Amino acid sequence: MPDPRHGPGKRYDVLVAGGGNAALCAAITAAERGASVLIAEAAPKPMRGGNSRHTRNFRTAHAAPTATLTDSYPVEEYLDDLMRVTAGKTDPDLARMTIEESARAAQWMHAHGVRFQQAIGGTLSLGRTNPFFRGGGKALVNALYLTAAGLGVDVIYDAEVTGLEIDDGHFTAARLRHRGFETRIEARAFVAAAGGFQANLDWLEEAWGPGARNFIIRGTPYAKGDVLKMLLNAGFEPVAEADQCHAIALDARGPKFDGGIATRLDSVPFSIVVNKAAQRFYDEGEDFWPKRYAIWGRLVAKQPDQIAYSIIDAKAEDLFLPSLYPPIRSDSIEGLAGKLGLDAKALKATVDAYNAACAAEGPFDTKVHDGRRTTGLAPDKTNWARPIDRPPYTGFPLRPGITFTYLGVRVNTQATAMMANGKPAHNIYAAGEIMAGNVLGQGYLAGIGMTIGTVFGWKAGEGAARHAGN
Amino acid sequence: MLATDERPVGSSGAAGEARRMMEICNACRYCEGFCPVFPAMELRRAFPEGDLGYLANLCHNCKGCWHACQYAPPHEWGLNLPKTFAELRAETYAEHAWPQGLGQVFERNGFVISMATAICLGAVLVLTVLLQDRAVLYGAHSDPGAFYAVIPYQAMVWLGGLTFGWAVVAMAMGARSYWRASGGGPLPWPALKAALKDAGQTRHLGGGGEGCNDIDERFGVGRRHFHLATMWGFALCFAATCAGTVMDHLLGWQAPYSWYSAPVLLGTVGGIGLLLGTGGLFAIKFRTDRAPEATARWGMDLGLLGLLHLTALTGLALLAFRHTGAMGVLLAVHLGFVLALFVTLPYGKMVHGVYRLLALVRYHREGHGAPSGE
Repeated sequence: MPDPRHGPGKRYDVLVAGGGNAALCAAITAAERGASVLIAEAAPKPMRGGNSRHTRNFRTAHAAPTATLTDSYPVEEYLDDLMRVTAGKTDPDLARMTIEESARAAQWMHAHGVRFQQAIGGTLSLGRTNPFFRGGGKALVNALYLTAAGLGVDVIYDAEVTGLEIDDGHFTAARLRHRGFETRIEARAFVAAAGGFQANLDWLEEAWGPGARNFIIRGTPYAKGDVLKMLLNAGFEPVAEADQCHAIALDARGPKFDGGIATRLDSVPFSIVVNKAAQRFYDEGEDFWPKRYAIWGRLVAKQPDQIAYSIIDAKAEDLFLPSLYPPIRSDSIEGLAGKLGLDAKALKATVDAYNAACAAEGPFDTKVHDGRRTTGLAPDKTNWARPIDRPPYTGFPLRPGITFTYLGVRVNTQATAMMANGKPAHNIYAAGEIMAGNVLGQGYLAGIGMTIGTVFGWKAGEGAARHAGN
Repeated sequence: MLATDERPVGSSGAAGEARRMMEICNACRYCEGFCPVFPAMELRRAFPEGDLGYLANLCHNCKGCWHACQYAPPHEWGLNLPKTFAELRAETYAEHAWPQGLGQVFERNGFVISMATAICLGAVLVLTVLLQDRAVLYGAHSDPGAFYAVIPYQAMVWLGGLTFGWAVVAMAMGARSYWRASGGGPLPWPALKAALKDAGQTRHLGGGGEGCNDIDERFGVGRRHFHLATMWGFALCFAATCAGTVMDHLLGWQAPYSWYSAPVLLGTVGGIGLLLGTGGLFAIKFRTDRAPEATARWGMDLGLLGLLHLTALTGLALLAFRHTGAMGVLLAVHLGFVLALFVTLPYGKMVHGVYRLLALVRYHREGHGAPSGE
């Protein structure tokens, strides 16, 4: 490992900026093709791995049941799913390539030390489409770092990229800051796998306005978007909008950064959700939660002060996984409003109107779209609508939680970064969140982020090693 | 701001910490493929102290969850289940010790074990020297009954029988107390059978097939193999003692026995297993990453490992030199270690076997399948 305190480091074939799954897939692939590789990871070792540390599974196409997946998930169905969630905002060639290549992702991971388990717990029903990493994303990251170390890949932690020397798409060196020391690393090829800009609150504010200050950042605090900004400033072509991202609604009491999966809240379909004026604003029962959780981040983000409250009665308490934070309870709606800081009369009026609109016909059933809906409300709740009438009443505050941003650099099917003038870069590749917007223009499909990171990580590693070998 | 912050903390720091962590784990659940703790946790929404004691003893300290934890330090939640559960386990050992007052010995267990060993060893040696004629003590004996020439038959039987009998009773009382505290209920045979099978194979030191995180984030089967050698080595030595007892008391054949007799064969294989097993576990202990370790409780672990190691070593030495003049002293030293082992059995790390077995019985009674490996 280069120690910047001892002057300039040695020259590498491939420099990888970032230390998550995409970076590791690129580094391993390049090292297996004989390249000397340095990974520059911004986080210290215990926090390494970017947002991959918080992941749990990835979405893979497969033609027949596997050791951990049921049934099959054909490429065409996967593509249809992607088209639906993105409303067509995807690069069709890259999307097809990603999905076709995803079929060998689980096998590749297994061969590189990652282990899988059956999807037995949790809230998402993904047993057909997504293999689950045993131990989650940090276990995956650990396995890949061990594999990389075995291949002779060097890793420098606490290493922030402070500058890139790029001339007309030709990379020569990067400047790194490591524990206060600056160093310059030359490499024959560069892989940008340093994540989105979701942990950069100033940049989020540029995209979203001042409300962005109220967002919770679910993942790593190290995704500041520095490398992304350097590439865009160096003449690379941006892809996806700056306000597009994966965001969910989560318990507002969670930590500002790095709360990961544990602060999610699954009460929405069995509740009514009101804003700070105690008014409902969206159909809570539109679909099953696994199909809707990813839109609620944006919904809450558009409410005043970026806050909302999910309100249930005693009947709904055991229908969802417990929140990490204590339920806020009262024996009356007015009392609950007081504890949540809402106007008591307004909340009572909203609940009364909702209760009056609940047409109690047919059995309440959380396993199907039970069609128990309200009528005459704006908006109506179209499934799982039961009067909120049995005390104690419980409220959970909700905030938008950003997982990752989609604004990135355009790439081609070789993961080569594309210049704004339409030319591919000479020796610069991108993988992971920093280019996910090529495939995900908007919306989200559970587990596809890790799939994009894996597939483009391979491509970037192949391309970088090929370039270094020439 | 976690849920537990607004609730009364458990009676001990470890229970409060374990509850805080279980509530976070129950909202995450990424580790459910590692071991039985997580499927058992997922059945629960609240974690009263008895349940925490059950989960802590279900934990086999494989440390998979520590290395995979996205909330481990320096994350502000600072999760560290292996360490917290190890501390809580030690508290359950103290809580269920019989008689109750003796639970305190778990506080300074390494000290207690070493003092007990010193006293037992000293007492046996001093008494032997005082009571035996020098010629007998340093003479070479190889006839049937040679051991009894050094240590009288009555003393051996009574001392061994009483201390071991006491240990069995005390551990049974502890088991009863622990079982009730963790929820009580019947002990159905199928669950007991499944638990015994798990324990016999140390299945959950397999971490879902890849082994434990013995040293760091790499998986390995070293700890499992050394634990198997220790456990089965101990069992074989125990079987050797039983075989010797049967041959002596029922058949009237007096020790020393020939090298191909059941007690000697069982004892030799068992002794070598114990020697290698405890040695390996020692080595892992000193090389392992200490962050997920309850190092304050290491005295208990190392005390038992040391005692077992020295018991095996002196037993094998006795076997090797039993026909020489060293036999008398070696026998006294070996029996000194055996006595210390028997005396401290219910007041040291050995009780983990009882509580973990019962935790596995409860686990199987709850109807869990295997943790989902590949």
